[in-house]
Amino acid sequence: MTAVLLIARRELFAYLRSPLGAAIIAAALLIDGLWFHLSGLTRPLLSAEVLSEFFNGASATTMGAGIVLSMRLVAEERQTGTFTLLNTAPVRDAEIVAGKFLSAFAMIALLTALTIYMPLLILVNGKVSWGQVGVGYLGLLLLGSAAISIGLFASSLARSQVVAAIVGAAILVVFLLLWLVARAVEAPLNGVLSGLALHHENFRPFMQGVLEFRRVVYYVAISYFFLLAATKTLEARRWR
Amino acid sequence: MIEIQDLYKYYGERRAVGPLSATIEAGEIVGLLGLNGAGKTTTLRVLACDLLPTSGTVKVGGLDVVENPHEVRGKVGYLPDRPPVYEDMTVEEYLGYAARLKRVQASDVAKRVSDAIELSELGEVRGLLVGTLSHGFRQRLGIAQAIVHRPAFVVLDEPISGLDPLQIVEMRSLVRGLRGEHTVVVSSHILHEISETCDRILVIQDGEIRWSGTESDLAGQIGQGMRVRLTVRMAGASPEAAAERAKKAIQAVPGVRTLEPHAAAESGDGIASLEVTSDSDLRDAICRALVQADLGVLEIARLRDLETTFRALLGDAEGAARRRKSKAEASNKGAVGEGEAAQAETKAPEKPAEKEEGT
Repeated sequence: MTAVLLIARRELFAYLRSPLGAAIIAAALLIDGLWFHLSGLTRPLLSAEVLSEFFNGASATTMGAGIVLSMRLVAEERQTGTFTLLNTAPVRDAEIVAGKFLSAFAMIALLTALTIYMPLLILVNGKVSWGQVGVGYLGLLLLGSAAISIGLFASSLARSQVVAAIVGAAILVVFLLLWLVARAVEAPLNGVLSGLALHHENFRPFMQGVLEFRRVVYYVAISYFFLLAATKTLEARRWR
Repeated sequence: MIEIQDLYKYYGERRAVGPLSATIEAGEIVGLLGLNGAGKTTTLRVLACDLLPTSGTVKVGGLDVVENPHEVRGKVGYLPDRPPVYEDMTVEEYLGYAARLKRVQASDVAKRVSDAIELSELGEVRGLLVGTLSHGFRQRLGIAQAIVHRPAFVVLDEPISGLDPLQIVEMRSLVRGLRGEHTVVVSSHILHEISETCDRILVIQDGEIRWSGTESDLAGQIGQGMRVRLTVRMAGASPEAAAERAKKAIQAVPGVRTLEPHAAAESGDGIASLEVTSDSDLRDAICRALVQADLGVLEIARLRDLETTFRALLGDAEGAARRRKSKAEASNKGAVGEGEAAQAETKAPEKPAEKEEGT
C-alpha cells in the first residue's frame, strides 16, 4: 500500500508541477461552463432537467479529461526511460498501476469538485434535491474512473503518448457506441451490448439522480477489467 | 554471488543472449565488455529483473530471478544506459522517492539519501532540479539511485557513456569506491574503461561469454603477451654496452618471448632502452635480473595496446558482421525456446578451444 501511495503522490506532484494538469482542468471547466450555459440556461427547463443536462455535458468532459490525463502515465515514463526505476524496484506491477490510477483519479476528483458551483447555482435559483446532485457526482467519478482505466491500459500498450491517447479514445468510443450497435442487432445480444455501453443506458440513471446498484457495479467492473489488463500488459513486457 | 547458467533471451524470434553462463563472486567488480549489440544490456536487464529470461537460470544472491523477482529487485541497484531520473524533481526529492520505492524505512531515508549524495559527490546540486543538471551529474544521480538502498549488487550499464574526460576520471573513482560494500557489474564497449575499473573482465560476443579474466590474462590468451618498455643505465659504459648487458640478463628470465632495442627514452652515458614481450607479467623478475647484472633500472613501463587487444578478442568488423548475419539466419531457423537447437547453430566455430570455461 505504501508503494501505491508513493507512486500516486509522485504522479500527482507531476500533474500539479507541470502546466498539463492545470491546462486540462481549465479546458474541461471552460467546456463545462459553456455547456451549462447553452444547454441549461438558454431555454425553459425544470431545475432537475438543467441539472441532468449539466451532468450529461460534464460526463463528456470527464471522459475526455480521463483519457488525456492517463495517456502519459506509462507511455511518458517509457519514453523518458524513468519507467526502469519502477520496473527494477521491489514494487509489484499491480502497485504501479494502482498508484498511477489513483493520481489520475485524484485529478478527476479535483476537476469534478471544481464544477460544484454550477449545481449550487441551480440550488440557489431553483429546486433540486441534494440526492440528485450527489448521485450525479458519483456517476461522474465512476465514469471518470472507467475512462482513466481505459486510458491507462492504452498507455501501457503504447510507447508514445499520442498513440496512447488515440488507442484510449478509440476504445472509449467503441464502448460509447455499443448502444447504437445494440439497436442494429436482435435480442438477446442487443441487451448485452446496451448493458455494456459506457454512457447511454448506464449513465442516464445517475444524471436523473437514480442510484442503481448494478450501474455502480458496471463501472467498477469496467475499471477493474482495464486496470487488470494494464497490469498484465506490464507483466508481459518483462517476458517479451 | 551471481550465478548465470545457460541464459537465453529472445526478442521474438531473434536471439539476443545465449547460451550465456557466468559466475560473479561477492565483492568483485566485473566488467562486461562487448561491441554494440553483443548482448550486454539485455544481460544486465535480466540481472536487474527488468526483463525475465526466455530460458536458463539466473540467481542473484541465491535467489532465482524468475521465482523471486520481487526479492531480487530489493537486492539489486541498477543504472540503465539512460539514467531513470525525473526532471521535475530536485536531486534530494528524487533520491528520497527512489529510496522509499526500494523499501528503505521512512526513518532511514534522510540518512541514506545523504550517504548516496556524499558518495556520488552530488552535494553541490542536491537542491537543484534534475532537469537543470549536466549529463555528468545525471549519470552520478543515476548511480546514487542505484545505491541509495545499499543493495548487495550494483549493475551499471555504460556509466561513462557521453561523459567528458574529467567526468570519466571521476566516474571511475566513483565506481571503484563501490568496491567492498557492493558486488558490481559494469558494462562498456571500451576495454580501457573496463580494465581501469574492474577486477575481472567478461568478454561478451553474440550473446555468449567468449573470454574471462584480467586484461593481462586476456592478452595472454590471445597470444599477444605482455609488452614492457624499460630504460637501464650502466655507469661509465656506452649505451650499446648497456643494451647488450641488459639483453643478456633479460634473456635469462624464463618466459621472455622477444627482446628488441628501442630508442633511448633519455639521453646520457650508458643509458639504453629495450622493449620486452613475455607470456605473462615478468616485470618483477626482469627488474631482479637487471639489478643482479649491476644495471640501474631508470624506468619500467607496461605498454598497453588496448585497441589491438580488443580487436583480437572480438575479431575484425567484417568477421563480426559475418557472425551477426549467421546468427540472424540461425535465429530465423529456430523457434523461441528451442534451446539445444539454437545452441548448436550459433556456437562460434572459429575459436572453440578459447571458449570460457567455468565463468
